Amino acid sequence: MNLLSYSAVELAAAIKEGKVTAVEAMEAVLSKIEETESKINAYVTIDKEAALAAAKAVQEKIETGVLTGPLAGVPVAIKDNLCTEGMLTTCASKILENFVPTFSAEAVINLEKAGAVIIGKTNMDEFAMGSTTETSAYGETKNPWNLEHVPGGSSGGSAAAVASNECFFALGSDTGGSIRQPASFCGVVGLKPTYGTVSRYGLIAYGSSLDQIGPLTKNVSDCATVLEVLATHDTKDSTSVKCEDTDFTSALVEDVSGMKIGIPRDYFGEGIDAEVKEAVLAAAKALEGKGAVVEEFDLSLVEYAIPTYYTIAAAEASSNLERFDGVKYGYRTSEFDGLHNMYKKTRSEGFGAEVKRRIMLGSFVLSSGYYDAYYLKALKVKAMIKKVFDDAFAKYDLILGPVAPTTAPKLGDSLSDPLKMYLGDIYTISVNLAGLPGISVPCGKDSKGLPIGLQLIADSFQEKKLIQTAYTYEKLRGAFGMED
Amino acid sequence: MANVISDETIDYVGILAKLALSDEEKEQAKADMGKMLDYIDKLGELDTTGIEPMSHVFPVQNVFREDVVTNGDLCDQTLKNAPGEKEHMFIVPMTV
Repeated sequence: MNLLSYSAVELAAAIKEGKVTAVEAMEAVLSKIEETESKINAYVTIDKEAALAAAKAVQEKIETGVLTGPLAGVPVAIKDNLCTEGMLTTCASKILENFVPTFSAEAVINLEKAGAVIIGKTNMDEFAMGSTTETSAYGETKNPWNLEHVPGGSSGGSAAAVASNECFFALGSDTGGSIRQPASFCGVVGLKPTYGTVSRYGLIAYGSSLDQIGPLTKNVSDCATVLEVLATHDTKDSTSVKCEDTDFTSALVEDVSGMKIGIPRDYFGEGIDAEVKEAVLAAAKALEGKGAVVEEFDLSLVEYAIPTYYTIAAAEASSNLERFDGVKYGYRTSEFDGLHNMYKKTRSEGFGAEVKRRIMLGSFVLSSGYYDAYYLKALKVKAMIKKVFDDAFAKYDLILGPVAPTTAPKLGDSLSDPLKMYLGDIYTISVNLAGLPGISVPCGKDSKGLPIGLQLIADSFQEKKLIQTAYTYEKLRGAFGMED
Repeated sequence: MANVISDETIDYVGILAKLALSDEEKEQAKADMGKMLDYIDKLGELDTTGIEPMSHVFPVQNVFREDVVTNGDLCDQTLKNAPGEKEHMFIVPMTV
């Protein structure tokens, strides 16, 4: 069996049994990167020597019985908005082109404690603002299924790295769909946990009330295993929630009998691609055949999610990104006249167009005179959106729908019209507004051969229902890869 | 377009955002922002009378802890990231 075709859990088991070493696994990944990275550009930074040295150290700990967990020795890719001590962390922005964090994100530390070995940092939309990974200052990432298409975003590098076997699993972050949508476009599994499940300490903030870190994996078992490692209470993140029910792998059970699944009719109206609709509804049928109780319903307020999200996310971004001022770290403009001019020139030269667009919008909606009409209004609609989900989960265990209205667009097609790109987030965004968990699982391919994703959404802290249903569906579906 | 962004507004937002936009960027920003605000105006269709603004999805209270230092001295590593540094201090342009 080709080493690279192992899932993360299978690889860790093989290492534990002594069939392969952590160093061999890292070498295999690095040689795969050597072969395909020039075409895909999934990574911003790779430190081969550090990766091999870390793999060697982990292998020793496995052999001496110090590391015994289900991810020990497994090479992982980390999205470049998660701080990694001693390793360049750019957020795919020029303004952080030389930033080397003095600490690691809690999620990264948790993975390292479990024995996962960092390969490098993956490409993304600049500051996670985008849905295609084309706004990166370090070049776009390409979709491994078809190099003329985008991998999705903003965790496009992480999704592409998993899909192309340039890692065994990856971390991403999801503010409006940034894990689930690239997972869908690249045919891998991606999970956005309930807000507060994974510590955001060390995640460079975009929209703090919406951001959540989560796994991108080859299958649902890996997803549950990684989430189990990530979900810890952290006093360094004041929004971290003490979850008790975090043995997510116990939900890897092939059974959906009696699971009540609601399909929002308003997710299948105007704008959805016919092939996406067909594949998603076929997945619902398959689950129904296995004993799930599937029913259509009207969720309502769907069309208000995007304007609400862009108001809140832009407002939070404008505040969060104020820290990039050329004083303590990152890029500083070479010529300036006084402090304020230095700030302005540094930021104008350091940020890309999409980031500036959102900072401007955010500054506007928070400005005196417009705050009530825009920002406060959006927070009220957010409360209404949360309420419609609460009502839905009074009736259903899960909501089932598409991840995105279409499969991966062609490179260059999205950036010319930002509003059109924003509309592609319609099915993912409300999940962040309501703080809910959502998972993306591949459920088919379109006539171009591009993957289609199925999205399952659960009530807060009901990740186990997501995992159980996604796992059952994955078994029904069978193998899913470029050659299947 | 319903929302017409004036030059004054863009200049004012530029000050708030600490961004120096070129004339071309300003024109683009005016068009982009107008278009987004037209779209966001859709929220006006909803009656939100009596609805409390929701900044956090869960009823989370302030989290307090003792102010105890747990990390070590990272002065040198931190300053390594600084664009300008002298005698353990950040160098900034003269402010007064």
